[in-house]
Amino acid sequence: MGMAALPAISMLPRPSFADVPATSAVNTTGLAVTDSEVTVGILHSVTGTMAISETGSVEAEKLAIEQINAAGGVLGRKIKFIQEDGASDWPTFAEKAKKLLVNDKCAAVMGCWTSASRKAVLPVFEQYNGMLYYPTFYEGLEQSKNVIYTGQEATQQIIAGLDWVNKTKGAKSFYLLGSDYIWPRTSNKIARKHIENHLQGCKVVGEEYFPLGSTQFNSVINKIKLTKPDVIYAIIVGGSNVAFYKQLKAAGIDLSKQTLLTISVTEDEIDGIGGENIAGAYACMKYFQSLDNANNKAFVPAFKKMWGEKTVIGDVTQAAYLGPWLWKLTVEKAQSFDIDKVAAASPGVEFKGAPEGYVRIHENHHLWSKTRVGRAKADGQYELIYETADLVEPDPFPKGYQ
Amino acid sequence: MIINSRFFNRSELVGFLALALLLFLVLPLSLDIFRLNLVAKYLTYAFVGIGLVLCWGYGGILSLGQGVFFGLGGYCMAMYLKLEASSVANTKIQSTPGIPDFMDWNQLTSLPFFWKPFHSFPVALIAIIVVPAIFSFIIGAAMFKRRVGGVYFAIITQAIAAIMTILIVGQQGYTGGINGITDLRTLHGWDIRTDHAKYILYFVEVVLLFGCIVAAQFIRLTKLGRILVAMREQEDRVRFSGYSVANFKIFAFCAAAVFAAIGGAMFTLEVGFMSPSFVGIVPSIEMVIYTAVGGRMSIFGAVWGALLVNFAKTSLSESFPQLWLFGLGALFIAVVLAFPNGLSGIWADHVQPRIDRLLASRKPKPAAGYVADGAPAE
Repeated sequence: MGMAALPAISMLPRPSFADVPATSAVNTTGLAVTDSEVTVGILHSVTGTMAISETGSVEAEKLAIEQINAAGGVLGRKIKFIQEDGASDWPTFAEKAKKLLVNDKCAAVMGCWTSASRKAVLPVFEQYNGMLYYPTFYEGLEQSKNVIYTGQEATQQIIAGLDWVNKTKGAKSFYLLGSDYIWPRTSNKIARKHIENHLQGCKVVGEEYFPLGSTQFNSVINKIKLTKPDVIYAIIVGGSNVAFYKQLKAAGIDLSKQTLLTISVTEDEIDGIGGENIAGAYACMKYFQSLDNANNKAFVPAFKKMWGEKTVIGDVTQAAYLGPWLWKLTVEKAQSFDIDKVAAASPGVEFKGAPEGYVRIHENHHLWSKTRVGRAKADGQYELIYETADLVEPDPFPKGYQ
Repeated sequence: MIINSRFFNRSELVGFLALALLLFLVLPLSLDIFRLNLVAKYLTYAFVGIGLVLCWGYGGILSLGQGVFFGLGGYCMAMYLKLEASSVANTKIQSTPGIPDFMDWNQLTSLPFFWKPFHSFPVALIAIIVVPAIFSFIIGAAMFKRRVGGVYFAIITQAIAAIMTILIVGQQGYTGGINGITDLRTLHGWDIRTDHAKYILYFVEVVLLFGCIVAAQFIRLTKLGRILVAMREQEDRVRFSGYSVANFKIFAFCAAAVFAAIGGAMFTLEVGFMSPSFVGIVPSIEMVIYTAVGGRMSIFGAVWGALLVNFAKTSLSESFPQLWLFGLGALFIAVVLAFPNGLSGIWADHVQPRIDRLLASRKPKPAAGYVADGAPAE
């Protein structure tokens, strides 16, 4: 299992039974904490259209919880989880979030995936003072005492990738594509501002959006063939990707010659698209299953052992795995399960056992993390091409990009 | 006018009192505020159900687009609440303070003209009723005057539901897109998120629900209600008798739309947001299912159907997060196959006769009284 290879974690002092702090001391607000157990919630869609994406997150969170329990739990207490199904339906997310906080008194909740589901539960977490660990890369423009964002916010994911493609590929013209909702639109807004204001002599030659679930991309592919952009910048999500990449290939656009940079296709999506249809495309995010570091070499086999050899691990799955660990480390730093103390102790918490390498929580409750560019291979994996030298600072309200 | 001597016959009165007892006393006393708020959410669908009983059960007009009206009512309420939550002080972090956050994210720099009236609470309240009424009138007039009915009408309403969703999702700068309108806080300065407010909202909603029940019952008992039933059975005969079938249909459709809109507005208040996921085809069909399960001929049945199906949905999904949809699907199929008239059909066919027999054996009384009193055989 992964424990042996997570040296940073196993070196942490393990509380023996004598050290376990009294429940009355670590839980002053009536959370579901007993002398031997602490309850957390898992809130993702396991049914409906989002199930295919969110299942990986559920699996990663369960793995992390099992590993934490095997290592002695949190403040000497085993983690027990209550899983609820958001059913790909935003009001259901709100209902279940309320249940987890009000009924079950969960000390923390790992959950949500889409921005819409997070927006639906955010007022609930703020009203009932809960703690949400949210794993998806997202559009930013948000910051809450009650949320830790373990995925990248938009500027982290976008700016480094654009700089890289501009420098190494000499790219000057960009065609922006996206699914029609808040994340792709905000991301492309940031991308456009960066291209036009910060990259010398670069321009955006087109920007288009498609309804979620759209499968008709032929007209935009024709426009791309006419305008011949140096880079296709694609933020198409979910099932639409399958149609988009197949139609690109069918239209004769060879991704080994035409640079395509995406921030929305992880290994999970390639599973559906088919590696041969997307080979050669570049993706910019913070984690690839193929990362070569000791943490990841322990994480991937542990994940596969628990969930089957065929599972693939994408960026969000890894970010979801960080949630329970960051919460454990924060609780131990705060020496309390109280939400206010956990929220206050979060900035500065670092997780050296992260499969992506190393992460640290910023004052604004987002993570410092490295941004990486990978190239898709025919076998469905990404090969790491570039990573930023330093951790990239999260900036959910970027000046000059709004 | 042929009106029954009494507003409710005896079994309806029992149903009315039982429901009143349950909603006014039993549930508020036995449930904590979290569960009571869930019940309030379920009851918002009961408004739609009552409308569907009138329009589908009595009038024979199956609408698969009630989500549109539910959504219109909900959005009208949400627009008012969102403007109130987007005061300049609350939104000073934005590039343009004072407009809703999603507009700012979509680079809008001023409030669109159709949002402006929603600064006013009375206008919002009127809009909740009037907007869906006008919209349903236009659809109804366009369809029924041309004698489009039955399956064709159902398909068209479904298409309208799809169009509405695409419109809302596509125009996210103006509507909040797929996220919907979220983070609603106060109603006319009154915080709707506190437990106290949730209790008050619950009772307001139940009172409104009974208002709708009485209104629906009234419509049913007037000549209008009789004509609706006649139309459902023999549309041509009604037309040959000199009635304007189209106008009656339009009325029933508009009434159902207004009921749905009231439900939608209450939904926004109870849940604290509105999103296109209540407008589309799937929620619209779900609303029809609640009514079918409850019994499309019974106003009370619709309320019970909305309550029970949603309750089953919540409890099944809490117990079996990965399997609950199958269980729910099986439940629908079983009810519709075995009991085409839904729960109220089971009650009328199996439970009611036994109670009557029990009462009759205890206190002999001529059975004729019931027959004359009972609901017309529908």
